[in-house]
Amino acid sequence: MTELASMRKAYGQALVELGKVNPDVVVLSADVSNSDHSYMFEEAFPDRFVNVGIAEQCLVDVAVGLAYSGKIPFANTFAFLFATRALEMVRTHLCYGKANVKLMGAYAGISDSFDGPTHHAITDVAIMRSLPNMTIVIPGDPVALEKLLPQVADWPGPVFFRLNRNEVPVLFDDSYAPRIGEAITLRPGNDVTLIGTGLMVGRCLEAAEALSGEGIDARVLEVHTIKPLDVDSVLGAARETGALVTAEEHSVIGGLGGAVAEAVSDACPVPIKRVGIADEFAETGPYFEILDRYGMSVEHILVAARQAVAARQGR
Amino acid sequence: MADPALIEKLETIANRLRRHVIKMTHAAGSGHPGGSLSAADMVAALYFHELRVDPRRPDWPDRDRFIMSKGHACPVWYAALAERGYFPVEDLVKLRHVSSHLQGHPDMRKTPGVDMTAGPLGNGLSAGVGMALGARITGRDFRTYVMVGEGDQQEGCTWEAAMMAGFHKLGNLTLLIDYNRSQVDGKSDDILCLDPLADKWRSFNWAVRQIDGHDLGQILDALAWARDVTDAPTAILAHTVKGKGVSFMEDRHEWHGKAPNTGQAIAALAELGEEWQP
Repeated sequence: MTELASMRKAYGQALVELGKVNPDVVVLSADVSNSDHSYMFEEAFPDRFVNVGIAEQCLVDVAVGLAYSGKIPFANTFAFLFATRALEMVRTHLCYGKANVKLMGAYAGISDSFDGPTHHAITDVAIMRSLPNMTIVIPGDPVALEKLLPQVADWPGPVFFRLNRNEVPVLFDDSYAPRIGEAITLRPGNDVTLIGTGLMVGRCLEAAEALSGEGIDARVLEVHTIKPLDVDSVLGAARETGALVTAEEHSVIGGLGGAVAEAVSDACPVPIKRVGIADEFAETGPYFEILDRYGMSVEHILVAARQAVAARQGR
Repeated sequence: MADPALIEKLETIANRLRRHVIKMTHAAGSGHPGGSLSAADMVAALYFHELRVDPRRPDWPDRDRFIMSKGHACPVWYAALAERGYFPVEDLVKLRHVSSHLQGHPDMRKTPGVDMTAGPLGNGLSAGVGMALGARITGRDFRTYVMVGEGDQQEGCTWEAAMMAGFHKLGNLTLLIDYNRSQVDGKSDDILCLDPLADKWRSFNWAVRQIDGHDLGQILDALAWARDVTDAPTAILAHTVKGKGVSFMEDRHEWHGKAPNTGQAIAALAELGEEWQP
């Protein structure tokens, strides 16, 4: 069994470390600091923390004002609220106005599983991805989070950083060296590429291992930056393996699968199977069980990979 | 009481801004003259007396900030910025033209002196709260001014920001309410009445003063009062007339978002003391 570690705790600690080295970082919360562990930053830097109350539209615009006072605001609320209730502010001031605001989308995907579909974020990536100038980063585990968060602070312009609520499998060690905008080949392979993001990266690795027992040599490509997509790596995988599977904790519409399909259909059409939640809402329940039940199990990746390989061979 | 010579000077400037608004919207063939004319006197007082700004350094970190949350009234803002020297006055008639830096609604990435992109109503006060908090956090003494109209105050986000500013006692934040009681579809009193408006702001822990928004003496006094209030955000509730200065536009919501044709522009400018031919 892979070791599990808390993404929230990693986030709080990473924020504090960032606050130590970057005095311009300020943290805002719409009353979620105990939920996403940004309270750790408040304890360390009370003068650089603002709780705006439960007011997400105000949260985003206040962060915009702070950005234009020379600060680097990290705004915290649930991922679905950035992508829905506060979306107009995100579009107008972050994306059109290019305000240097970082959106920390907590409880993303279905990681707030027990609170149910009202609190799940399964369309946030699609919504954010449609906006010009937005950058979308999804850390795969606590190590990735720790390595990527300082890069988010240094990245020019708005970033949507998608945070998992739960304990998740630890995938990486200290040798992991992600850079925003660059996909990482975690496992070589020639027959099919499993392109994963977030928690689904670990499930892609498990699936690749299982596929090798079936004689299918699967490559695993980790895409932690959904936008700007590392098109070169994706097209390289399409050319070299001839079949693709995408896997994400998100609707199959408009997220990683959509981004990959758009890139590949333009330049190198190959069979693509998209693993994610179908065009529906999930339900309340245990996190890993809901993932499995709604299309995001290792088995779903295996089936998709076999189909993609068969489709390539059938051409 | 404000200096009579200063008042006279600002009245002259406000009149010049109004003339620009007519010529700009006429040249554009679209735009928002009504709300621009109602705001002209306050904008003149801000840019030619109150604001600590330097047109040679639009990015000066210690400058006072101005946000026109009712972004559709940008013609009068652009006119003030040009007259103040941020960019050539000749640019003004390029409003809404392709390749012009003067967009249909204010764009801080394109127009020197514009401190906040605006247009979708209700955003300005929240952004202003962020700037005022930013001044506090960075230890800078600049002040932030936000102008709103009826529409901004019908948007919920404004009241989120109002609550926050009152709670944090943002004495470095001043709201100017251009209360002309007119919006796109008609009278705000008929559509979604804001009254009792002063009481609303007071109940959110703001200090409020009501003035005639076309009386430059009252405007200057209110701005001086706002500067002296340090333990609460200040709201200047300015009673104004939409289309002020042009008789056939005054208090007519039809002039919210319609440009004058050539005959109307000639007539309007004549009322503003300028013989003009296109």
